[in-house]
Amino acid sequence: MSDTAEPRPKAYWSRIVDAIARHRALAVLVVLLIFPFVLPYEALASNIVIFGLFALGFNLVFGYTGVLSFGHAAFFGVGAYGTGIAIVHLGLPWWVAMLIGVLAAGVTAMIMGALAIRTRGIYFAMVTLALAQCVYYIVYQMKGWSGGENGLNGVIVGQIDLGFASIDLLDPMQKYFFTLTFVALAIFIFSRILASGFGAVLEAVRENEDRARACGYDVRLTKWLAFVISGLFCGLAGALNAIHLSVVPIEILHYHMSGQVVMMALLGGMGTFFGPFAGAIVFLLLEDVVTTMTTHWQLILGLVFMACVLFFPRGVWGSVLQWVRR
Amino acid sequence: MTVNLVLLQLFTGLALGSVFVLLGVGLSLIFGLLTVVNFAHGAFYMVGAYVGVFALAHLGNFWLAMAAVPIIVGGMGLVVERFLVRPLYGRGIDYPLLLTFGLGLVLVELVRIIYGLEGVPFDVPEVLQGAVDLGIGWFPLYRLFLIVVTAVLVFALWLFLEKTSYGLVIRAGASDPEIMRVLGVDISTVWLVVFGIGTGIAGLAGVLSAPMTSVIPDMGTTVLVQAFVVTVVGGMGSLLGAVVAGLLVGVVVSMTALFYPELSDLAMFMLMAAVLLVRPQGLFGRKGLMG
Repeated sequence: MSDTAEPRPKAYWSRIVDAIARHRALAVLVVLLIFPFVLPYEALASNIVIFGLFALGFNLVFGYTGVLSFGHAAFFGVGAYGTGIAIVHLGLPWWVAMLIGVLAAGVTAMIMGALAIRTRGIYFAMVTLALAQCVYYIVYQMKGWSGGENGLNGVIVGQIDLGFASIDLLDPMQKYFFTLTFVALAIFIFSRILASGFGAVLEAVRENEDRARACGYDVRLTKWLAFVISGLFCGLAGALNAIHLSVVPIEILHYHMSGQVVMMALLGGMGTFFGPFAGAIVFLLLEDVVTTMTTHWQLILGLVFMACVLFFPRGVWGSVLQWVRR
Repeated sequence: MTVNLVLLQLFTGLALGSVFVLLGVGLSLIFGLLTVVNFAHGAFYMVGAYVGVFALAHLGNFWLAMAAVPIIVGGMGLVVERFLVRPLYGRGIDYPLLLTFGLGLVLVELVRIIYGLEGVPFDVPEVLQGAVDLGIGWFPLYRLFLIVVTAVLVFALWLFLEKTSYGLVIRAGASDPEIMRVLGVDISTVWLVVFGIGTGIAGLAGVLSAPMTSVIPDMGTTVLVQAFVVTVVGGMGSLLGAVVAGLLVGVVVSMTALFYPELSDLAMFMLMAAVLLVRPQGLFGRKGLMG
């Protein structure tokens, strides 16, 4: 496609993309609001916003700080188990339980981050993967609390009374908007973090670690903070997932889950704001379609993964950006 | 708890560690030269066990099957490097890693399609059955065989890398591929060969451990994590590190299994955390090689 052939429509698209980029949090919200009405069923929509948030949190480390973590299943899983255990075993109200889940994920990220940032580059992926697998074993062995290999059952939040209104979480549409409220809040906060000075330092670290250090920034502390904040977002996604599914399966902590979130970020376009959600949409729709046709979803997943890396490294949204800005 | 029991457990740890050594050596060799972390390493290990099952069924001879596995799996490694990994050189360190992760998923699922989810038995030949008296107690002969094979293999690899001219090329390529190119060495072929050797050893590790564990499509999943722990403890790109760390991790795991069984799954991670705190580049890692 040559630039001289049709410059006008391109400039037009470019303006639209710029407008979307300026009001990014709003743009994501608008799409997510019409979402449950265009998808085949509401549970898929809930899944997409939850995994979109998971991928968004992950992207803070991978896309914006430029560090590949292969252990983000730990934060998603700990967030889910923390919330689930607080509801099932401690009988706490749902919002306290969610808070516990998110904080537990944050603490996990603090510990894992403190160990992992001692290494650089490719080591980081291996160390985070190994530490996340360690979390898997710990949770697996706490059978009394976590249910071991059967997972944690009965994380049921039926009715939520807000005083002025009551939400019935057994209704899929109401559950979607309950989930979306938290995701929207998180997207807004995330957008603010990226726009802040801290967000700029993150990208500086990604572009050139040594230069960022020479400018006087504490690279290690920056990476650790990014890791912890990312862990909090992923923990929230996990907490929402526990309430959404009413169970916490042990597979949620497995490193294949970490691989899934990497895949979503990659599919959507790493380091872009909309990428994670675009990736989650493509990934989950693909999964939804493929699993109805064959049980060998993992084969398709692996092939798509490889094809993405080889031929499509910018992802969906990244390719759109490249096309309009070229 | 007698001294003999502890000593026997030490040998069990060394046998377990031998598998870790083979995995760590392959992973480390590939990383040292290509700076590629092979996330499909566990999958190649699993494929090795299945190729072993297949070869044993068709050749009917354990020793021939043992010899065939590294050749076949190594050959698969050659194809993977040539057509999948090579296009990614120069595009950032994360891409080969992500590609091999996807490849691992594909390999596991393909084996699932061919062999199903059920475990496949893999019998030890009669010569290697039974136990030997080590003076401290009876020890399974097969595990002793495993330790010996690993020792011989590591020694052969060391001879190859240190004493042959091709080994010299490999070592030089690890420290400066650019200069090697200028000198007229076809470094791409060297990388191809090294990737093949690394995956071949992983396949051999798989078939060697096949009689001790159940041969299932998921057998490579935990092994990959263990191999990562070994390379982090030993230091990426260091052969000596992979050997020492592999044996150390094996012994630590078997000792905790004896004294604190409930901690045996976690022991290696504690070891890794301790190494990261004290010596983040690993026991034998060079500081510069971490980037």
